[in-house]
Amino acid sequence: MKKLLLASAAVALGASMGATGAMAKDVKMGIILGFTGPLESITPAMAASAEMAISEVNASGKFMDGDKIVPDRGDSTCIDATAATATAERLVTADHIAGIMGADCSGVTGAILQNVARPNGVVMISPSATSPALSTAPDDGLFFRTAPSDARQGQVMADVILAKGIKSVAVTYTNNDYGKGLADSFKAAYEKGGGKVTIVVPHEDGKADYSAEVGSMASAGGDMLVDVGYVDQGGKGIVQAALDSGAFSKFFFPDGMYGDTLLKTFGKQLDGSMGSVPGTDSPGAKDFLDLAKKAKPAFDGTSSYTGESYDAAALMMLAMQAAKSTDPKVYKDKIMDVANGPGEKIYPGQLGKGLELLSEGKKIDYVGATNVSLVGEGDAKGNFKIYDYKDGKRETLEYK
Amino acid sequence: MDFLNGLIALANYVLIPATSYGAQLALGALGVTLVYGILRFSNFAHGDTMAFGTMITILFTWLFQSWGISLGPLPTALLALPLGIIGTALFVLGTDRVVYRFYRRAKAAPVILVIVSMGVMFVMNGLTRFIIGTGEQNFADGSRFLITAGKFKMATGMEEGLAVRTTQVITVVTAVIVVALLFWFLNKTRTGKSMRAFSDNEDLALLSGINPERVVMVTWIIVAGLATIAGVLYGLDKSFKPFTYFQLLLPIFASAVVGGLGNPLGAIGGGFIVAYSEVAVTYAWKKVLGYWLPSALVPDGLAQLMGTDYKYAVSFVILIIVLLFKPTGLFKGKSV
Repeated sequence: MKKLLLASAAVALGASMGATGAMAKDVKMGIILGFTGPLESITPAMAASAEMAISEVNASGKFMDGDKIVPDRGDSTCIDATAATATAERLVTADHIAGIMGADCSGVTGAILQNVARPNGVVMISPSATSPALSTAPDDGLFFRTAPSDARQGQVMADVILAKGIKSVAVTYTNNDYGKGLADSFKAAYEKGGGKVTIVVPHEDGKADYSAEVGSMASAGGDMLVDVGYVDQGGKGIVQAALDSGAFSKFFFPDGMYGDTLLKTFGKQLDGSMGSVPGTDSPGAKDFLDLAKKAKPAFDGTSSYTGESYDAAALMMLAMQAAKSTDPKVYKDKIMDVANGPGEKIYPGQLGKGLELLSEGKKIDYVGATNVSLVGEGDAKGNFKIYDYKDGKRETLEYK
Repeated sequence: MDFLNGLIALANYVLIPATSYGAQLALGALGVTLVYGILRFSNFAHGDTMAFGTMITILFTWLFQSWGISLGPLPTALLALPLGIIGTALFVLGTDRVVYRFYRRAKAAPVILVIVSMGVMFVMNGLTRFIIGTGEQNFADGSRFLITAGKFKMATGMEEGLAVRTTQVITVVTAVIVVALLFWFLNKTRTGKSMRAFSDNEDLALLSGINPERVVMVTWIIVAGLATIAGVLYGLDKSFKPFTYFQLLLPIFASAVVGGLGNPLGAIGGGFIVAYSEVAVTYAWKKVLGYWLPSALVPDGLAQLMGTDYKYAVSFVILIIVLLFKPTGLFKGKSV
């Protein structure tokens, strides 16, 4: 029985290899995301989104000389650097992938970059790693990302608050890597811009009482409270305690505090407060949602980092086309050109048009689902929606 | 004037929040201490008993609200509270019948009962989440404030505002009434006296004809009442979330042990000591000192002894110090 199974497996393998050999050349793209682990609920949609870009390119038939892209999934686990490195190593050395769409979490992304991508000279485009440390990590020009670094939002927040003429704020953050990282980058940017941070207080999530934290902040003073927390957790408790004791009446809410819970609970008490959340008014975002609905299999285009995943895969394929090569050492230099233009703007669903323009030797500016533009060493500039609260309603002020 | 401003700031940020928090901890610790004194084990399921009782009260509150019944400025939950207590008491008595009685008859060592109570804790934990969900529930209605910071400033012309929430006042008033009733019950009634006798010396109590099952039953009913009241007050004042109640267990035990396990007076003292130290040690005194001291002496820094992240460390340091020097707690409970 065992032998029979083995034999049939071998035959099947042989048949499939024969079949692929008969068609045009296959180019493999590694999709390394945490299909198991803390992000397992959002990674299927991310992978589906990247694969939607791949099938769009394949359907156009305009990639290279009619070559097909084949997605090759690998598990990053999000937390286990050793497992992620082994996965990437296997995809690179055994499957000979031409590039990596991934990884997802900052820790494993850094590990794959240093242990696999750099030694083997493979390009990585991460859709969701946001650690500021990845901006400065040595990458031989191989690493890019379509999600903005956390440091970027800190800068945007500082700019917005300073532009409002508010020169002194108190800061509280949820006591984890996200909260601390964002609070630190905000503080640095705000103080550089001439503002004064009176106190920085960490708070723990899951507690019901935050009067001690708010008491300290009230004592230190400040014209606004920057609340780097979670809307369903301590961040909301801080707002409650601050409003109850009359310590602060104006708040600034970064992305973790974006949600309807606040409005439902506090209503008009939030008037005069502001916030920032990743978002864009680019028409690409809507095109992408429509595509996601029609995709096979369909997925939720509003799920976290799906747009970034589509863009990461699309950027890689467009860069290959622009370089007329699937060799990472060659096409890596084209990624910035394709992302930033100048040239014809390419939105989701127009990848075929982009490929055609590139093969004619014309320039394109890939806008994609998330209004991609890369800065520095290949970091996404990021797009943030700035909103404020007025008459118990949330109003969009501007996009940055 | 400056002195008054400082006093108001102190009251607003330290005294009032700490007093209502202390009252909630004291009620919780009373339940723990009663179980320890009379049933002789540390009941780890107490935090989740609070959550369970609060859940039932919330469900009845929603029912009343849908009928359009309200107490005007007072929260409707107060009306639902007796029903919550009855529901919790029935549930706790059922747990005792199914679980604890077996171990009591087998004369199991206290440490086994502690582990058993952990099992009960997980079951209650799951049951509460199963029925009402893991999310946050706000069930406070009526007027939220007795006086808001803004109105206080307008009325008095002071620089500092003083906010008093309705729930804070209700908490303290209810706590005082409940504690008075409990002490009256324990000291004056026949059942209360038999409970104390049972607590002091079980064998002697049995010899003098006290029915142990009755004592156990009354104890559980009182504990269910205390837990539900503490849980509902806490939920009204802040908000209800099963996980938060689970975490409340630690400061509650700290309060009971600091005061002396098994001693009701100690539970109350312990609750306030833990609450005040958590808030006062981590408070940045800059504002208050700014009003009280001549300007030359006002510190530049925040005058904060410890960051608020160490809030919980404070109560445990107190706990360790008390256990080192007075193992039976400040109010002479039973040794742990």
